[in-house]
Amino acid sequence: MSTNETGTRDRHEEYGFPAKLWRAVERRRPPGLDRTKAWRSPLRGPWLTSVFGLVLLILLPIMIITGLLSYAAYAPRFGQAFPAHVGWLRLPFFDWPTRPVWLYRLNQGLHVTLGLVLVPIVLAKLWSVVPKLFAWPPARSLAQVIERLSLLLLVGGILFEIATGVLNIQYDYVFGFNFYTAHFYGAWVFIGAFVVHAGIKLPHLVRALRSRPFREELRTSRGGTRPEPPDEEGLVAADPAPATLSRRGVLTLVGGGSALIAVLSAGESLGGAARRVALLAPRGGYRETATDFPVNRTAASAAIRPADVGAGWRLVLVAGERTVQLDRDRLLAMPQHTARLPIACVEGWSTVQTWSGVRLRDLAALTGVPRPASAHVRSLERGGAFSQATLQPGQVTDPDALLALRVNGADLPPDHGFPARVIVPALPGVHNTKWVRSIEFRSA
Amino acid sequence: MRHALTAVRNFYGANPLHLLALIGCFALAGYAAAQTLANPQWPVMLAWFAAAVIGHDLVVFPLYALADRSFTGALRAVRPRGATAPPLVPAVNHIRVPALGTGLLFLIFFPGIIQQGRQTYQAATGRTQEPYLGRWLLLVAAMFAISAVIYAVRLGRALHRRRDRRPGPRR
Repeated sequence: MSTNETGTRDRHEEYGFPAKLWRAVERRRPPGLDRTKAWRSPLRGPWLTSVFGLVLLILLPIMIITGLLSYAAYAPRFGQAFPAHVGWLRLPFFDWPTRPVWLYRLNQGLHVTLGLVLVPIVLAKLWSVVPKLFAWPPARSLAQVIERLSLLLLVGGILFEIATGVLNIQYDYVFGFNFYTAHFYGAWVFIGAFVVHAGIKLPHLVRALRSRPFREELRTSRGGTRPEPPDEEGLVAADPAPATLSRRGVLTLVGGGSALIAVLSAGESLGGAARRVALLAPRGGYRETATDFPVNRTAASAAIRPADVGAGWRLVLVAGERTVQLDRDRLLAMPQHTARLPIACVEGWSTVQTWSGVRLRDLAALTGVPRPASAHVRSLERGGAFSQATLQPGQVTDPDALLALRVNGADLPPDHGFPARVIVPALPGVHNTKWVRSIEFRSA
Repeated sequence: MRHALTAVRNFYGANPLHLLALIGCFALAGYAAAQTLANPQWPVMLAWFAAAVIGHDLVVFPLYALADRSFTGALRAVRPRGATAPPLVPAVNHIRVPALGTGLLFLIFFPGIIQQGRQTYQAATGRTQEPYLGRWLLLVAAMFAISAVIYAVRLGRALHRRRDRRPGPRR
């Protein structure tokens, strides 16, 4: 079958400088790259690629924004975000709010669940454009060479982000490098390539989507499915096989894959009954109860010894030269406040529980610094990246910011930070320090 | 001005804005990559970045494309000789769809399924990864079973329709 070479051929014959080189390359087609036979799917074409492209164009900015906010939530101005020093590659410093209390929960739940849900769509998009990878000649101008190199950043970037993210949420550190560093800078490599790719391709996307009415495509069954007209990009197969699936079918298949992943993972962010349905998610597949709800880092793995948290435990409050020591009974004798707050992890899971304890602002007032500029919390935990955290002023003075002693009406379980833990609205989970040893309220 | 633009376009092969945008893209990527140089693990990160592209484009894609083509070829091969009419209900997607579901779930959740990262998982969650293999296998069984039931229903209805259309000797 001959390809449609009229009309599109003229544009193909435009060569940039040095034209001789590009023509020579075109003549030396390696064996096996004969596109007329290799690609058989009758579904590939600009329309299908553009549908996947449009979905990604809408959803990937949400991934980028939630990712950047996730970094900001760690309060990078205290040098406690990972990686610590990122030059210009961050949002301007701002105080992460404590309201709404579910802000961080929503941000991370979206970032992780959406990231997983996007996997089938990304794979389908790559499948739809793969003939271009093997097209010959690879370029007809310098512009095409450079653009193709940028696709390496685009495709490498998204696959790298997916791979590191998927492994990280499941604690599978086979990659042997620091996750935060890799995922953070990998994201920036991707962001630049994505913005440029979207900018270059947007007119093509609009034109391709207009070429076939979406509703009509949804009404077309397998029997009526015909290839798209040949395109100058070479996505449409020159010698297509009969359709085994309609376009409607392939969209349902990809959407169904995304829905399946959503059902099996969203429950670890939603909690409650949905957690039981999240059968394959790292914090899912079981019923959460008042005493058994998800935990991050067990007391055993944090090397908390019973002697550290026994009757001899004292909370040390520091403000300048002043030091106050309180045992657990003294803390329980202070005014207790109860708040229903989430622990939300950067890895996307969260759980909402009822915590009670002493307000952090009451402890601050006790040391004579009722409005501290920051509070530095240390854990009994030895080593570990999160054995300490610095809180912003708003995170100390919020009425629901607690040094929790009890959860759901009982003493904190050891894994949840007995004898005392910090719990602050909308704070990243790991900054809600467990097994608290000391809090230093700083004036400036 | 218009003349100069055309000259650039002829030389470069696209609008100059195209070049500026791409230079920006590479500069940003370069800046981000340079930030990782302080980290001694940067060559491993770079290797994973490259492996992500090569692994998908030159390993995973050819493998699944080959698997699908072998599978559809095998389906054709097992059809009875001399069968000219297409099958009443093509079986192809009834196997493809649950197989893709199986692969997709494994691709995303394999660390739990094969218990990779067992110690870090247990230290972080206080639980073991033991349930995941069983859950995945049950999901796989459910997907294939549902697909088989749908196939059976479609086949039954198709047979029914054919019998109605072509009156049998009993009538």
